[in-house]
Amino acid sequence: MASIGKITRRGLLATGALVGGGLVLGLTLSPNRLKIGSASVLEEDEVLLNTWVKISPDNRITVITPHSEMGQGANTALAMMLADEMDADWDLVKFVEAPALPEFANTGLGRGYVLGDTSIPAFAKPMVEFAFFNLAKSMDLQITGGSLSIRLTGEYGMRRAGASARAMLVQAAAERWDVDPSAINVSDSIVSHGNKSATFGELSSEAARLEPPLNPRQKERSEFKLIGTSQPRRDIPAKVDGTAVFGIDVELPDMVYAAIRHAPAFGGTVASIDEGSVAGMPGVIKVVNLDDAVAVVADKYWRAKTALEALDVTFDGGPDGNATSDSIFASYADALDKNDSSAHFESGDAAGVISGAADVVRSEYRVPFLAHACMEPMNCTAVVKDGKCEIWTGSQNPLAARTFAADAIGLSPDKVTVHNQFLGGGFGRRGRDDFVPQAARIANQLDRPVKLIWSREEDIQHDHYRPAVANRFEAVLGGDGLPSAWSNLYINVGQDEPEEAPDIPYGIANQSIRKVSMSQPIRLGPWRSVGHTQHSFFNESFVDELAHKAGMDPFAYRRALLQGQPRHRKVLETAAEKAGWGDPLPADRARGIALEQSFGSIVAQVAEVSLSEDGTVRVHRVTAAVDVGTAVNPDAVEAQIQSGIIYGLTAALYGNITIDGGRVEQSNFHDYEMVHMAEAPEIEVHIINSGEKTGGAGEPGTPPVAPAVANALFVLSGKRIRSLPVMLHDLRPATGSQQVS
Amino acid sequence: MSFTLNINGRKHTVDVEPDTPLLWVLRDEIGLKGTKFGCGIAACGACTVHIDGEATRTCVLPVEAAVDTEITTIEGLAGNGELHRVQEAWIRNQVPQCGYCQSGMIMAVSALLEQNPRPTDAEIDEAITNVCRCGTYQRVRDSIHELSNA
Repeated sequence: MASIGKITRRGLLATGALVGGGLVLGLTLSPNRLKIGSASVLEEDEVLLNTWVKISPDNRITVITPHSEMGQGANTALAMMLADEMDADWDLVKFVEAPALPEFANTGLGRGYVLGDTSIPAFAKPMVEFAFFNLAKSMDLQITGGSLSIRLTGEYGMRRAGASARAMLVQAAAERWDVDPSAINVSDSIVSHGNKSATFGELSSEAARLEPPLNPRQKERSEFKLIGTSQPRRDIPAKVDGTAVFGIDVELPDMVYAAIRHAPAFGGTVASIDEGSVAGMPGVIKVVNLDDAVAVVADKYWRAKTALEALDVTFDGGPDGNATSDSIFASYADALDKNDSSAHFESGDAAGVISGAADVVRSEYRVPFLAHACMEPMNCTAVVKDGKCEIWTGSQNPLAARTFAADAIGLSPDKVTVHNQFLGGGFGRRGRDDFVPQAARIANQLDRPVKLIWSREEDIQHDHYRPAVANRFEAVLGGDGLPSAWSNLYINVGQDEPEEAPDIPYGIANQSIRKVSMSQPIRLGPWRSVGHTQHSFFNESFVDELAHKAGMDPFAYRRALLQGQPRHRKVLETAAEKAGWGDPLPADRARGIALEQSFGSIVAQVAEVSLSEDGTVRVHRVTAAVDVGTAVNPDAVEAQIQSGIIYGLTAALYGNITIDGGRVEQSNFHDYEMVHMAEAPEIEVHIINSGEKTGGAGEPGTPPVAPAVANALFVLSGKRIRSLPVMLHDLRPATGSQQVS
Repeated sequence: MSFTLNINGRKHTVDVEPDTPLLWVLRDEIGLKGTKFGCGIAACGACTVHIDGEATRTCVLPVEAAVDTEITTIEGLAGNGELHRVQEAWIRNQVPQCGYCQSGMIMAVSALLEQNPRPTDAEIDEAITNVCRCGTYQRVRDSIHELSNA
């Protein structure tokens, strides 16, 4: 570890071997050697104990968190983790979001452990190499995504930083008082020994002269005081009185506004612009050709938008101008027929069992493209002056935004400053900051700040979409009704991470999970829970099919397949029990169940659904059981699971981005529908603190709701829903014999 | 054209095209950024303010239609430094997540409770049609019921 201290930060960045390793170095370098970035985060008279925490002489503690706030409340929980390890007075702790500087890159936290005293945590590897992180290998990343804030930054950064800071303060006190450090007590930011005591602030300067301990003792779970208690999120007060500043709210002197229209088809470009068509319109300043889009700049946003609508512009159709949803799904069917596949997971001899079986259960599933539809439309404010660029936006990856902006206008990243703001929704969309280079390019043609605002139509039609995908299952049931073979051949068009998304937790001896990798023309991006959205719908619907085929209760069936998986069983049983599984319901209601492990957490959900005579589906109640290992801020975990369920339910019931002529057909909330209050089910969240390795909370609530609802609808209608959204299915009671579609 | 508006108890005169939506006048002319742009077609409610006490979506409301009305925005909901009871409930029950829709949500709920102090679930469903992508609906509903019973 000592060798790390000899490598300068600059040296590390220059080699690129340890992209953004600042957090780890922050822990391991003594503070007086940690100079880079200090000016941005340190005020006068303050001492930087390490990258994540500063203690000021007046005893205030500021935690520097490298994550964006987009509603998940991670920063409050991260500060709690650090404060608990420090035995700090929570009321004296505040946090600030780290500036977009390489020193705070959190990918380095994962990679950094390779050079540190431990190897990279196994669970973090898929995230570190996750496509989300592969935007550019050479780029510094400061990412909020993958539900990793708590389980990675928190567990491996904040807790250790807190413990390290505590140890240094104790050591400083021991030296000051000439006593044994082990005899010193720490509580509520006060260090004491006998009748002597000092605050953290009073000891901070002495502590800063010490070498941070490499492996400070961290608390056992039983010692937590703050972790596991529900604490109010610190970002909420500003969000009830209109004072919270989102990217779209940034106001700069002399600022002008830009409205944008993209080439409708993916890969399309601007063919012609007649600037004369907007000449003389009120307030118009400039028309900017961005190659795949055109922007109109005016003194007011409404004038920019009005002029953009009047602008005579033509676009070419792009390389895939004939693509339709049907043609894309047809290409998937062809590819599945050809079966040029590679193994994802194989055990036993599934192919042998299936080819030798008299009765094989076969099903095909598919899901459509989905947009994110963050409530805050994409936007970015930029100013380029004197060879420097400043950016104001809400990004899940402000360091990448910095590089995007720099590349767009030919500056080096250190000439670009990103001021990250509150995000009005992220869900993965704001990890793909295409609006940032656009704003930088527009600003580069002006001598004043410009705020670029996308319309909702541009947001829906030019997103980075959850992919449409399809799969084919085959299974054979053994004499006990449980599957003896499970085969899943699925389409992989990218954005299928994390790697384990197609996996099932069930004990099936013969498994063949294979993928056909191919491309398709639509722009893709990470969407809340990424590959788990489709695979959970596929797997948990098909398991349900097998249960019904076997004539067994779907809950009992899953439970029987979870021998040797005590965490999963407990979660499944908790959801079933709390939902009253098996209790009588009115004739028009039924329950469906689903289970999914994702992002280190396990979630089971029971959906209670009704189907009316006219085919109307109503989800009344969702009961969720959640094992996140340790819920740091339980109320925030509950909120995230509630949130994930509504997000997943919107997709399950309505979500359907369709393609025609190489472009998206939907444009706004009237044709890309959302769950509202009226359709929102009552949600019960039961948190199981298993004490296992901490998992994420932002995404794991999303995947199971679609199959849980579809499984309930099978009970009600006899129709197996094998494609989403639900609204496309005619579920009215069949006249005559029941047909299973 | 020049228009005089009564916003949060103060008069403001703005010079804009008459078809400019009130939303953009509030945000870019007056500087009241708490009212949000969400969809531009009055489908999501992020731009909700009170006009003469009625919850009104401002992204399609021409400024000229707002002359001679009493406009209250999220910034004007609190009075004398005291949060409105809906805002207090929002903090107490930790309602907001990303928070972007919550100005509109709070304005819609405060107008509902003014007109119907004890709304049923069905009345809530009918009145509160704001979109929240973070899915805070349950906490919104629970907070409305809590305020109804206060």
